Amino acid sequence: MLDEVRAVFGGAVVETHEHRGDATVVIERRALTELLAVCRSRGALAFDVLMDLTAVDCSKFPGREDGPRFEVVYHLYSLTHNHRLRVKVRVDEDDAVVPTAVPLWPIANWLEREVWDMFGIRFDGHPDLKRLLLYEEFVGHPLRKDYPINRRQPLIGPAH
Amino acid sequence: MGVGSFFTSKLDEAIGWARKYSIFQYPFVTACCGMEYMATACSHYDVDRFGAGLPRFSPRQADVLFVVGTISHKMAPVLKRIYDQMTEPKWVVAFGVCTCTGGFYDNYATVQGIDTIIPVDVYIPGCPPRPESVLDGLMKLQDKIAAQVQRY
Repeated sequence: MLDEVRAVFGGAVVETHEHRGDATVVIERRALTELLAVCRSRGALAFDVLMDLTAVDCSKFPGREDGPRFEVVYHLYSLTHNHRLRVKVRVDEDDAVVPTAVPLWPIANWLEREVWDMFGIRFDGHPDLKRLLLYEEFVGHPLRKDYPINRRQPLIGPAH
Repeated sequence: MGVGSFFTSKLDEAIGWARKYSIFQYPFVTACCGMEYMATACSHYDVDRFGAGLPRFSPRQADVLFVVGTISHKMAPVLKRIYDQMTEPKWVVAFGVCTCTGGFYDNYATVQGIDTIIPVDVYIPGCPPRPESVLDGLMKLQDKIAAQVQRY
C-alpha cells in the first residue's frame, strides 16, 4: 500500500512508516487533495470511510518545536479491503490552511469544522467553515498549546 | 403588640409550612449527577416523603429548579432562560460540585459555578452527592422555605 503511494506521489511524500500493519504517510500539502482522491477511488486502495480527521499542535512536542506547528491527520479505512491508512500533512502557524476533503467524504464537513474550532486551522473550499462545538462568541482556539488552561471566557446569553 | 402583626406572622408560618411540603421541582439534568438524582427520587430514598416527589417538566409549573450536572458556557443562556420562565416564588438548588463551583472542570468550556448566572439557595456538593446529602440539602431548603417572610 505504501509502495503504491510512493510510486504515484514520489516527490511529494515527506516520509512513510509502518508498524504492525499501521501505515502512515506524511504528504506535502500541494499533493494532499490528489492523494486523498486516489485513496478514495483507486480499486486497490478503496478508502471509502474517513474514520477521523483531527489535528496535532506540535509546538511543545520534544524535538519538533522548530518545525511546522500543526499536523492535520486523516484516518482512512477501507470496508472492501479491511485496511487502514493514516495521512498526515504539516502546516505552519502563519499559513494554517489545508484544502478541504468535503467533496470526497461528506463527513469531513463537521470534522473540519471541529478542527477549525479547536485549532484554528482553515480548510480551503469548505462550504460552511464555522465553529462546530463552541459558540460564535468564543475567543481563541482552546486546543492550541498556547491557550491558557484557566482562561475565562465571558458569559454569553440574555442579560448577563 | 397589635392584632395585625400577630396575625400576619402566623399566616407566614402557615404558608411556609404548606409550601415546604409541596415542592414541585424542575430537574435541569445535564450530566452524571442525574443518576444520583434518579436514585434519590426512586422508592429506596423516596423523595416523596418530603413532598417533592412530583417533578414538573415545565419550568412554568415548578417552584424549585434543580440544576443537576455540569453547565457549559454554551448551556448557560438556556439555564438562565429556564430560570426566568419560572414564576415566583422560586428557589434554586445547585446539585453536585460542578454546579457549585465548576468542580474539577477548570477549563475553557465550563461555567465556574451557576451562581455566576442565577441566584442559588442551597448548594449540595459531592461528585456526585450521595442521596443522603441530597435529602439533607432538600431539608435545608424546606427550612428556608418555611422561614421565608412573605411579601403581600
